[in-house]
Amino acid sequence: MKFTWFNLMPWPHLPADFRKKHRSVWVDIDAKLYDPVKGHVVYNNYLDMLEYADAMGYDGIGVNEHHQNAYGLMPSPNIMAAAVSRRALNAAVVVLGNSLSLYNPPIRVAEEFAMLDVITGGRLVAGFPVGTSMDTNFCYGDIPALTRERYQEAHDLVRKAWRETEPFAWNGRYTKLRHVNTWPKPIQNPPPIHIPGGGSVETYDFCLDNVYSYSYLSFSGYIRAKALLQGYWDRLAERNEPDASPYRAGFAQTICVAETDAQAEELYSEHVNYFFNRCLHIAPGFADAPGYRTIKTIKSGALSQFSPNFEEAAHMSWKDLVEGGFIIAGSPDTVRERMEDLIKGLRVGNIFCLMHVGDMPLEKTKYSTRLFAEKVMPRLRNMWPEYDNDTRFWCQPLAKRATPGPVSDYNAAIGGNR
Amino acid sequence: MTALCLNKIKTHHAVVDVLSGGNGPDLFFLHGAGGVTAEDPFLTALAQRYRVHAPLVPGYGASDECESIRTMLDFTLHSYDVMDALGLRKPIVVGHSMGGMMAAEMAAIAPHDIDRLCLLCPAGLWLDEYPMPDIFSMVPYELPAVLFHDVEAGAAMMTAGADFSDLTFLQNFLVQNARQLGMAGKILFPIADRGLSERLYRIRAKTLLVWGASDRLTPLPYGEAFKKGIAGSELIVIEKAGHMLPLEQTDAVIRAIDRLG
Repeated sequence: MKFTWFNLMPWPHLPADFRKKHRSVWVDIDAKLYDPVKGHVVYNNYLDMLEYADAMGYDGIGVNEHHQNAYGLMPSPNIMAAAVSRRALNAAVVVLGNSLSLYNPPIRVAEEFAMLDVITGGRLVAGFPVGTSMDTNFCYGDIPALTRERYQEAHDLVRKAWRETEPFAWNGRYTKLRHVNTWPKPIQNPPPIHIPGGGSVETYDFCLDNVYSYSYLSFSGYIRAKALLQGYWDRLAERNEPDASPYRAGFAQTICVAETDAQAEELYSEHVNYFFNRCLHIAPGFADAPGYRTIKTIKSGALSQFSPNFEEAAHMSWKDLVEGGFIIAGSPDTVRERMEDLIKGLRVGNIFCLMHVGDMPLEKTKYSTRLFAEKVMPRLRNMWPEYDNDTRFWCQPLAKRATPGPVSDYNAAIGGNR
Repeated sequence: MTALCLNKIKTHHAVVDVLSGGNGPDLFFLHGAGGVTAEDPFLTALAQRYRVHAPLVPGYGASDECESIRTMLDFTLHSYDVMDALGLRKPIVVGHSMGGMMAAEMAAIAPHDIDRLCLLCPAGLWLDEYPMPDIFSMVPYELPAVLFHDVEAGAAMMTAGADFSDLTFLQNFLVQNARQLGMAGKILFPIADRGLSERLYRIRAKTLLVWGASDRLTPLPYGEAFKKGIAGSELIVIEKAGHMLPLEQTDAVIRAIDRLG
């Protein structure tokens, strides 16, 4: 099993009446709600959490990309990945990922991912999301019905830029470059790639064709995810793929650990509520620009696009959220049991652990993070022993890596001769 | 009443649904982003005096979306392809909203091919002082307020025959909406400006601009901007009409078109 400590980085200072007074947490959210001075502390706390997770032995620390929202404060995940890469020295740096169609030209992604992979000594796990419709269409203006074609072309360009050893010309529909010759190249070429998907057959096939891991990043929990991931495994069987390695799939799950079930509720309930009530409050018109999803995908599950679960979840009690599987919370024993259900039920080898939730403060987050690392993770480690040798979906760092030098003060910098 | 019938024609890009009917001079009608049906009261009324040819943009009605039509130039040339396939020579060209944008582009790209043009509150320009509402981020029940002068009557018109509690109906509605507005988005999203303002000077057709006085989607200053951009054009403002003026003031709009002779 691979456990990635994943931080969405929500803005933790939304007012209690946010849902009532504001129409959306995304796209046209009131900019006055952001305070950069508070933001300074928020970012540094969040980076501390990622570094703490590295120290606690998580396999990966994860970041992602969103725009113009209070749900996730990382318009540039690569900046956050770079910020942790010289202090978190063991975990994979999981960037899930760069929304390919939003980079112009897209070789920027080939360059920055290569930089991250080289800086970290081959610890990059990369991701290529299409991006939510809020991000890709409404914030970044990408034309919805052309988003997927642009994404596909950008993907092909990035892969070719990594692969080729001679300069080449790229005459694409969306990008035209006479001289493609990206420097540097990644150590892992290509790095392992994870694709966040939402249940379309096209994305299942894209992952299987390219040997990418399929990730389902949802907040409605593992019970509701069963059908979607089953679709992926069915598709894999239908295509007669050579193996059904669980590392071909990943799942994001909100997890809260305390000494007891009751303590978990007491400690974390308010923060979970903050997340479901405020951070997912998206104006329905921004959820899905017409053309963003293929007709085939809508026909297969049109009604789910309105995310009624979140509307419901905004007002759910702790008990309902736990029983409905939206969150896995409780004592280490409870959490382990539920995690086993999740891992077996969905057949996943990659877990993106959402240990920080909503406006959870640093110390509580560390507490839950540590309990999971010490009391839960070790007991889930060997759920898929027959696939231990599957290295396709995880990074392969250099055995001998450079270590950052000591932080210098003035005296040290001039050689102590003052 | 003259009934419009649906025919299919084939162009380079697509099989195109065309509503046609009526007697009189040929009139080529390009619909707005909401689409048009054979029962459309405006088209039906037009067909009393004109031979109407109203092609649907691929993806509209029951037709399939077309992947190879991507850019404004593709839409414009495709519209000419349709006109050619119908064997029309210099018809009166009328376009509403998105269709007006396409009609204006046609007249600008090949100014010798169109000599009579009527643009009903066309899209295609952007004025910073009057930002158009973003219809792509609206849910259906929010639309009547920006589309109609009489919001209540407009809402009733839009929801006639709709039963959103019927899941099959809802599913079909969502699919059709995604197909139609997905195609429309190629020229309207995120801002309905594909450089038309820089080409308007080429239009040589006798041009009528017809505007609803209470248009809240493309308010009247857009009409004035078109008038300024097209030499010799005339702007006709119709009272008690919003962006859906062909439905709200059908007779007045047809009387305006009649002035093209």
